[in-house]
Order: sequence, then structure tokens, then C-alpha cells
Amino acid sequence: MTATLDPTLGGIEEPPKDETPVGTKIAEAASGRVGRIMVWLLAALWTVPTVGLLISSFRPEREIKTEGWWMWITDPLNITLDNYSGVLDNRVNGLPFSEFFWNSVRIAIPGAVIPIVIAAFAAYAFSWMQFKGRDWIFIGVVGMMVVPLQMCLIPLLRFFGSGFFPDALSGVATIWIAHAIFGMPLAIFLLKNFIGSLPREVMEAARVDGASHMTIFMRIVLPLSVPALASLGIFQFLWVWNDLLVAKVFGGGARNQPMTFAMVDMVGNKGNEWQLLTAGAFVMMIVPLIVFLSLQRYFVRGLLAGSVKG
Amino acid sequence: MEDWGSMGKIVSSLLVVALGIAVFVAALAALYWLASRLKEPWRERARVAVFVGPALLLLLGLIIPAILNFRYGFYTKELVTLEDGTRRTVDKFVWFENYSEIFTNPANVKVLTNTLWWGIIVTSVSTFIGIVIARFADRMRGEPIAKALIFLPTAISLVGAGVIWNFVYSPRDYGLLNSLYQLLPGEQQTQFFLQDSKLFGIQNEWVPGLNTLLIMVVIIWIQAGFSTVVISAALKGVPDDLVEAAKIDGATDRQAFMRVVLPYIKGTIITVMTTTVLAVLKIFDIIQTMGKGGAFGTSTIANEMYEQAFPQNNEGLGAAWAVLLFLAVAPIVYVNARNQRAMREAG
Repeated sequence: MTATLDPTLGGIEEPPKDETPVGTKIAEAASGRVGRIMVWLLAALWTVPTVGLLISSFRPEREIKTEGWWMWITDPLNITLDNYSGVLDNRVNGLPFSEFFWNSVRIAIPGAVIPIVIAAFAAYAFSWMQFKGRDWIFIGVVGMMVVPLQMCLIPLLRFFGSGFFPDALSGVATIWIAHAIFGMPLAIFLLKNFIGSLPREVMEAARVDGASHMTIFMRIVLPLSVPALASLGIFQFLWVWNDLLVAKVFGGGARNQPMTFAMVDMVGNKGNEWQLLTAGAFVMMIVPLIVFLSLQRYFVRGLLAGSVKG
Repeated sequence: MEDWGSMGKIVSSLLVVALGIAVFVAALAALYWLASRLKEPWRERARVAVFVGPALLLLLGLIIPAILNFRYGFYTKELVTLEDGTRRTVDKFVWFENYSEIFTNPANVKVLTNTLWWGIIVTSVSTFIGIVIARFADRMRGEPIAKALIFLPTAISLVGAGVIWNFVYSPRDYGLLNSLYQLLPGEQQTQFFLQDSKLFGIQNEWVPGLNTLLIMVVIIWIQAGFSTVVISAALKGVPDDLVEAAKIDGATDRQAFMRVVLPYIKGTIITVMTTTVLAVLKIFDIIQTMGKGGAFGTSTIANEMYEQAFPQNNEGLGAAWAVLLFLAVAPIVYVNARNQRAMREAG
């Protein structure tokens, strides 16, 4: 038992007198309730557009095109998966939509892994290796975050098309390289913050034991950095998955394009074919939604850290 | 089965990538081993080069293009006839002609003012909504659910968000906004949102224009979740005794929030606002999805940069738009960085 007496239990101390006028108290309670109602109203309002599209994606084409999705409630069993099978076979620029799904996978996984591997090496060097001008180079790297990627689109595209750059690397590989370039400053900055804050004693002990930088990096730093690598990886993966601009500029023809490209094309050419657009949108959003729902903690951390990305 | 065929292709290409990364790491390890055989002072330098070299090489792909882009902004493409009668395009140095085109052509001035309104309206509204939700949801029953619902749009792509809202704005019977509009008393005309510059009988000349406002709603819908989550996290960090002290001094809930809590989380609010401005200035995907690439007065700087440089093949003008975007973004990144440092130093 602790020595202090709980005033509410013991009744020894008079509770502090509440000086707030009764009117104010009622007003505050009311404003609290009004505030909570407002939060739920906003939450509902925020959800309605997505739910509308989701419900529509399961309704037969005729119903989608003749009545509002809210009419679903009058006949809730009238649902179908036809829209989903229809959109996967639907051709965009001569290719089935399913092809674009796999393109997104093919673009986004390396598009996230490559820059993080390269940035992790650099972040280690900036944290634990001694070399002349280290801090200045690091400041220069971080300073590159002021450059919006739009500044680089025209010159980089010219470079990729100049013949100086090997043809074998055109298409999807150019998209990977572009994402690696644009993601580099932020990735180095964030990983340096993390790797640089690992305990100095661990590094020094390993050095004393004769471990090389490469061994320390592979055996100690990488395993310890898994949470940081995961947050950054999820952020970068979703960034690439959701990207339209970089793929559109560097991907060349439709053959190398992700789903975002195919969706914009469908909106332009089949803007009223909602049986395709509704299902297509959910095929495109399913991966981010799964990531969001299953890895929300990492997602929020990555988002907070990455929100300054150029 | 077409799907399984492409899946096989995917698996094999992912294997190639995994192999590629493994080979890359092994190559770095091998280079590091080679570097270790050199004599000092070259040994340590070579080891450092193995670690930072790949990253610096990629960063050259950022620095050199950024510098070249300034140059391109002073050029334009011109069709010339050579002595042997063939015609080809050459780059012609035109000083500030691309920039004067931007600042004097009314269509381009509209793009600039649109972008300005985007920054002002979307940033202030979404930050305000974030503060309101974070405050009233704080310690409320069901707080995580309400916040997750509002945060959900942050995860999806701008293209996906564009499709969702195109559906809401559709002029057909299934368009939610038009259906609500029809509920108003009297005979209501169908409005062709995003498909006509004349809405509600008003020609869409005034800045920023109803179509632009409709697209802004979508970005507010996305960004409000971000501000809610960040501000909510900051609110949980405000010490209870600070608020209690204000209340004992006779402050109401609202006064305590406005005069004690808000100033306490000022740094977080600046972070939210600067990051929102940065996202908004680069708005592109949504204009492509909802505004048909900038039709009906909806274009913005980043959209115009793309449209000029690529579909229009007018690289000089596109480069000039990119420079303007840089000039708009750079000071905000700077303010953001300084604010972050101040917050870290304050603890």
C-alpha cells in the first residue's frame, strides 16, 4: 500500500470547489456532444463516395447505368461479379486490363526495393565511415529534396533516349531507375537518421573485434534497421504503385504501363462505362487498401516521414 | 488461361529482379574485398566509394537534369529549312520568351492563379478539418474507427480518387451530386460538372472556377485524413496539467483549446500546412483523371508542365513551367525543414 491517501476514497480532503458557472458547463457538455456528432457525420460523409463505387462495382451493368447506386437497398441480392471478370479482360490500347495489374507489380516491387538497398549503403557510410567532406556531401544530398521531380523529366527523358543509355534498359527498367533517382534524397535522409542513431558501442565493439564495414553493415546494421526499412519500403511501394506521372513519361508504350495509366485511359475513352470503371478502380486500389489495413502502423510512420517527398 | 501466362511472366521477372539485387549486393561485397587489398590511403577511399558510389551516381541523375532544365527553359523548338532543302527542328535560344508567354497569355495566367488558389483553399480547409476532427474525436468512444474512416482515402491513388469522384459528379441519374441537386424545390437543370465550363448558368470565367473547386474537394477529402492523424498525434502529446491549469484559471474548454493547446502544437500545424502545400502544388494525376488534362479551366502548374513538355512537344515551355514549380516549392521545403529542426530542438 502506498502512503498517500486517495481523496475520493478516504473522504479526508474536500474536493476542490468547481467554480465554473452551471450555464458554461451545460454549454460545454452540449458542444462536446455536437462535436462528436459532427465527427461521425464527417466520417460518414468521407465514406459515402467510396462505398457508392464499391456497391456499384457489384451491380449488374443495366442497374448501374439506369439508377443511383443507393437503389441497391431495394434489391440487395441482385449482385454479380461480372464487372470484375469483364474489366480484367477489357482491352486498353490492345492489352487486357489484367496485364496492367501485373505491370504495376513488376514496376512497384523493384521500384521500392532498389532505391532502399542503395540508400541503406549510403546511409551507413554517412553515419559510420570517416571521409573528407562527409557532412557537406550529406547536406548536399538532403538539399536535393528542394528539387521537384518535374525539373528532371525533360532532361532525363532526353538522356534515356540519347543512345548513350543502353536500349536493353528501356521500358520498365527506366521507370525503376527514375523512381530510384527521385526517391534517393529522402531515403538517404531517413535511413541516415535511423542508422546514425544505432548505439555507438555496438559498432565500436564490432570494429575492435576486427569486423569490416561490410560485415557490420550486413550482420548488424541491416537486421537492426528492419523497422525503418519496412516503413520506408511500404511508403515507397505505395508511392510507386499509385504513381502516374513517372510511368507516363518514362514507360514508353502501353506495354510497360501500370494500372493508373490504364484507368486514366479508360476514363477518357469509356467514361460512361461504369461497370468497367467501378471494378477497375477497386482492382487498382485493393493492394493499397490491404497494405493500409494490415500495416497501418508502419503506413502512418512512413507517411509522416515521407510526406515531404519531392 | 491468359492470366496464368502473365503470372508466370511476372514470377520470372520478379525472380530476375531478386537475382539482380542479390548480384548487385554481392558485387559491392566483392568490390569492397578488392578495395581492402589496396594500400592506404587508397584503401579507405575505395571502401567509402563502394558504399556511397551507387547513391551518388543516382543523385547525378537528379543534379545534372535539374541544371539542364534551367537551360532548356530559355530555348524553343523551331522548324528550319536547311540548304539542301530538308526541314528539321532545331533548338533556338529565345531568352525569356517562354516565361513571358506564361505571364502574359491569359490562359497561362489562369493556370498560375488556379495553382495559387489550390494552395490557399485546400491547405487551409484540410488543416481546419483536421484540427476540428482531431479535437472532437480525442478520447471519444470509437475514436480509432472514426479516424480510420477519414484517413482511408490517403492510401488510395489520386487516379482512384478521381474515378470515385467522377462517379459522384456524373451528370447521369446515378450521379450523387446531381441527384441531390434535383431534390431542391422547383425544376432543376442537370449540371454537367467537369464537362462544361458553364455551371448553374454561370460561365466559368472567374477564378478559381467551379470545376476547379469540385476537384479541390477531392484533394481536401484526401488531405484531411493526413492532417487529422498528424494533429491528433500531437494533441495526445499535450501535457494534461497544462490544460488543467488553464481550466482552474477559469478558462472554458474552447478557450483552453484555442489559447493553450493550439499554440502548444503550433509546430505540428506548420508541418501539416507546409506538407499539404507541397503536395497540392504538384497536383497532376487528379487533373488528368477529372479535368481531362486541364480542360474547362482546371489546369495547374504541374499539369501544364506535363501537357506542354510531352503531349504538345513544347519542351522549352514545359521546362519553364518546371522552373516556376521549383521556385514555388523550394522556399516551402526550406520553411518545412527549419520548422522540423526547431521542433526537434524544442524536444
